[in-house]
Amino acid sequence: MKPFTYERARSPAEAAAAAARQPGAKFIAGGTNLLDLMKLQIEAPAHLIDVNGLALDKIEPMPEGGLRIGALVRNTDLAADQRVRRDYGVLSRALLAGASGQLRNKATTAGNLLQRTRCPYFYDTAQPCNKRQPGSGCSAIGGVTRQHAVIGSSEACIATHPSDMAIAMRALDAVVETVKADGATRRIPIAEFHRLPGETPHIETSLEAGEFITAVTLSPPLGGRQFYRKVRDRASYAFALVSVAAVMQRDGTGRVALGGVAHKPWRVEAAEAELPRGAKPAMAAILDGARPTDDNAFKVTLAERTLASVLAEARG
Amino acid sequence: MSKVSLRVNGEVRNLELDTRTTLLDALREHLQLTGSKKGCDHGQCGACTVMVEGRRIYSCLTLAVMHEGDAVTTIEGLGQPGNLHPMQAAFVKHDGYQCGYCTPGQICASVAMLEEIKAGVPSHATADLTAPSQLTAEEIRERMSGNICRCGAYSNIVDAITEVAGRPA
Amino acid sequence: MKFDTPATNNPIDQLKIVGKPVDRIDGPRKTTGTAPYAYERHDVAPNQAYGYVLGSGIAKGRVTAMDTAAARAAPGVVAIVTTLDMPRLEKGAMNTAWLFGGPDIQHYHQVIAVVVAETFEQARDATAMIRVSYAREPGRFDLAAEAPNAQLAAADSGEGSGAAHEERTGDFEGAFAQAPVTLDATYTTPDESHAMMEPHSSIAAWEGDKLTVWTSNQMIAWGKRDLAKTLGIPAENVRLDSPYVGGGFGGKLFLRADAVLAALGARAARRPVKLALTRPLVANNTTHRPATIQRVRIGAERDGRITAIAHESTSGDLPDGKPETAVSQTKLLYAGANRLTAMRLAVLDLPEGNAMRAPGEAPGLMVIEIAMDEMAEKLGMDPVEFRIVNDTQVDPEHPQRPFSQRQLIQCLRQGAERFGWSRRNATPGRRREGNWLVGMGVAAGFRNNLVMKSGARVRLDGSGGVTVETDMTDIGTGSYTVIAQTAAEMMGVALEKVTVRLGDSSFPVSAGSGGQWGGNSSTAGVYAACVKLREAVAQRLGFNSAEAEFTDGQVRAGNRSAPLGQAAGADGLVAEDHIEYGDLGERFQQSTFAGHFVEVAVDVATGETRVRRMLAVCAAGRILNPKSARSQVIGAMTMGVGAALMEELAVDKRHGFFVNHDLAGYEVPVHADIPHQEVIFLDEVDPISSPMKAKGVGELGLCGVGAAIANAMYNATGVRLRDYPMTLDKMIDRLPEVA
Repeated sequence: MKPFTYERARSPAEAAAAAARQPGAKFIAGGTNLLDLMKLQIEAPAHLIDVNGLALDKIEPMPEGGLRIGALVRNTDLAADQRVRRDYGVLSRALLAGASGQLRNKATTAGNLLQRTRCPYFYDTAQPCNKRQPGSGCSAIGGVTRQHAVIGSSEACIATHPSDMAIAMRALDAVVETVKADGATRRIPIAEFHRLPGETPHIETSLEAGEFITAVTLSPPLGGRQFYRKVRDRASYAFALVSVAAVMQRDGTGRVALGGVAHKPWRVEAAEAELPRGAKPAMAAILDGARPTDDNAFKVTLAERTLASVLAEARG
Repeated sequence: MSKVSLRVNGEVRNLELDTRTTLLDALREHLQLTGSKKGCDHGQCGACTVMVEGRRIYSCLTLAVMHEGDAVTTIEGLGQPGNLHPMQAAFVKHDGYQCGYCTPGQICASVAMLEEIKAGVPSHATADLTAPSQLTAEEIRERMSGNICRCGAYSNIVDAITEVAGRPA
Repeated sequence: MKFDTPATNNPIDQLKIVGKPVDRIDGPRKTTGTAPYAYERHDVAPNQAYGYVLGSGIAKGRVTAMDTAAARAAPGVVAIVTTLDMPRLEKGAMNTAWLFGGPDIQHYHQVIAVVVAETFEQARDATAMIRVSYAREPGRFDLAAEAPNAQLAAADSGEGSGAAHEERTGDFEGAFAQAPVTLDATYTTPDESHAMMEPHSSIAAWEGDKLTVWTSNQMIAWGKRDLAKTLGIPAENVRLDSPYVGGGFGGKLFLRADAVLAALGARAARRPVKLALTRPLVANNTTHRPATIQRVRIGAERDGRITAIAHESTSGDLPDGKPETAVSQTKLLYAGANRLTAMRLAVLDLPEGNAMRAPGEAPGLMVIEIAMDEMAEKLGMDPVEFRIVNDTQVDPEHPQRPFSQRQLIQCLRQGAERFGWSRRNATPGRRREGNWLVGMGVAAGFRNNLVMKSGARVRLDGSGGVTVETDMTDIGTGSYTVIAQTAAEMMGVALEKVTVRLGDSSFPVSAGSGGQWGGNSSTAGVYAACVKLREAVAQRLGFNSAEAEFTDGQVRAGNRSAPLGQAAGADGLVAEDHIEYGDLGERFQQSTFAGHFVEVAVDVATGETRVRRMLAVCAAGRILNPKSARSQVIGAMTMGVGAALMEELAVDKRHGFFVNHDLAGYEVPVHADIPHQEVIFLDEVDPISSPMKAKGVGELGLCGVGAAIANAMYNATGVRLRDYPMTLDKMIDRLPEVA
């Protein structure tokens, strides 16, 4: 871990301004991913802006019926919120399927969105990685790739996004609210928040330098039956091989987002028209253009079968 | 260097630390409270679990300077030889440990975990998200899954926790 | 004391304290965080500096240059020692890979430098400033690709398993060709990591040319000898102290880089240095259980009697390494007149393969016990009955050699009864509960019993307290407690009157913790020392030692009685002895047995497998403490779940390293993976084994579990997997259609 200076921010705008002022500054909230990476010098901020003191830890109703989730709401509190449990079950389920009790007590809503990949080659600083060191090459391609992306990947990167929460938020079409150093705010639909790797896998979100997440908003409840089905090797405390977030209506229509398959939460709205016809055509459309490796080709089958299981439960 | 004041096991401890010092290293190296263990230093094992303001966290994945004024409870604060916390006594009775290295983390996690159930926090094992949490073996196992025990004392740990929680093992 | 005739009645047989399920005496310390592990000894040496080690970023080749200028100038740095500073250090007798020194790189994450600084944070940061230039060389990293080049190789694991390079009894090929029912199948097991919770850690302090290392090691005498050899100093100048060990499983049997680099760092820094291997370094820097490719052929008559059995295993290791002795149990487990075992070794440039809990037998049984299941199905026999039909009470290769005790049939029968085996549907894939396919599996467990020379010193004080000192270690195995029970039983005192001090190389050399020999052998050593102490006590008190009875803190003979402490006098009374063994191990085959029963549920859509019930019925001699012994067995069963379902060090075959080198990538079971586990110990005493009449259980509990799970998965799904770990990707294409 490189030495860094440390300050506690007093307002979101001040935090954003401090970040713009200090080259190499990073915000720290829960810290559960950032510190992990700092220990390995995958992240090496010169300055840390502790945002934990900001009053962004409320979950508030929106006038038109949705919820506004403060950026610093801890994963435990978001999952336990009665409104989330009742109206956004897919989100509560996704949060509870992720990490462990200890991590969920610390990890924040914004931090969860900003998690970096768990690709082992990204984590091993002796190995080239375009995400860690742009232009150095991708050592995962041709290596051990059982966990890696099957769709949306590039010649530069085949990493996946590790979040469960973000998959559910994608299914819910959440919106990320931010503030920039100049005080300007914007609302970023989650579909546009995470990026595919392309030629620049080190750029993972559409956030600008210093831009600070203040909240995530959810539209009014979608109703229906909500599922988050996470498939993993061990029963808990493990990243997904494949996960399916689904909001299914009685008439067989619905929304589906996938985790564990791409560099971002994977959702293809156009494919959802196939849902009433069943998992096979729906997943064929969702994963159209998939380019799995020998190690992870099973994910395509697994995603389809997992969706089939979810659809059966939704019908039942 | 940065000053930080922690309330550790009820006692105010003033420290001047390298900002890079994790809460775990502050406890182990600076306060010489070595009951909290370093198994991985990356939030992957649970041996460093402590309670901060009553909530269990991994002390390896947080900086000490981020906890100004916070109340930290470590295994040393729960009980001592001759004055065991009921959970510590139950671990001894049910042989809920072997090498002992994950044990303080398991015990801190289990004490805080029972409070989480009481507070109505659901888990992945909770069948109905809109119903109150139940205290079942399956719930305990899921909620304790952030604490790895390579010696494999899990079955005994669940018995110990179940006893403390007031249900027959 | 020489143990060369079967044990007769002795004071242990009173079983007032031995054999009772007493709580561990180290429990209060372990549960309060006050048991000191290696890295935590703030008290033992003042002014400790922090070491941080750097591992090689290549698997094979040379370090051509190391630029340490920035690191040396970094804040707080006290000393840096690099591998280019010295020639290659001599290897310890137990090491295959060298540990430090010289430019040559033999495996990934081989230590190439240690940085010593005032603080941990400074040492870590400075280590990252070292710039290393390498000359890479191609290596051999793919076992399957190298297997055709593998050479026949004999080996003894040193832990109770072993085999000749090729061993033949009768005419295997002829009998196999004539057998009406045959199986010929190939299986694989992966590289596995011990993944103990406490990483390898040491504090080293020099006083002149004397070195003390507070460390985490299973085998103190080996560690002392090999550290001295590696550093080129006399063994008498080295002291090791390891009272608490945060798990080992074979990963801390040998001297490792932490102790060497702490010593070198302390010498360079001229002050005590403490360091721990970082978790990401452990998998590639230390040892692992090697992967195997195993071929099994079995031929049987239609009535189920095996006429031909062959087990061949291929594994890889560094040059001068050893094969995994995966065929060992097959020499002894089942009857059959015509037999073949063979082991082949390929040279690989991966990290050192070496002992992990039940080396040889653990991966061997994972395979042979699937093969037995497959064979039973071909024969149309119940798998329990098939094993029983092929039981043997003698060493099948040397029929004049009986087993000292062999209750495999009883383990299987009692297990089947207890587990409800009769409810198993013999046709796979038939039991469905909601989304789950449910099945049951069985496997035999087998692990050889080894006895090892072991010494102890016992001291009696004036209050009747007894202190035991031995360099034996407690790695979670319960050594503290069973040793205290032994001394209490022998000296006729309450358990609370016994103090046990372990893990210090200044104490008498013990058996150490390995090969499931520790419990029986170390207590037998304590028994020997106590016999001597009893004689000394009797003599002091003027009793005939043959008549003296030691009970309730009193010594009695005839109608005379005296408090035990009276014999101690002002200075106490000390006795020291060791147990050593004659040829009973050659005359009798000593082994431990188990029946493992498992019920699994497999998600019909995703193939996720979850273990629902587990039972082990064990026959392993006298059980010294049923509580801690049970924990050893359930812990091993848990490790078996990991081996069956998730554990695999994934090899990057291009660059030669284990990719998933942390506890997020290398998954071991968590709470949610493990159901309630049941263990039954059969009544057994084995007077051939030792005066304790005990044997080991710590590894028996693992042996066979993986196969029982695999067999249960087959029973659940009808999909037969032969490659561990049995992850869902290997069966997802073969599961039933989901609507």
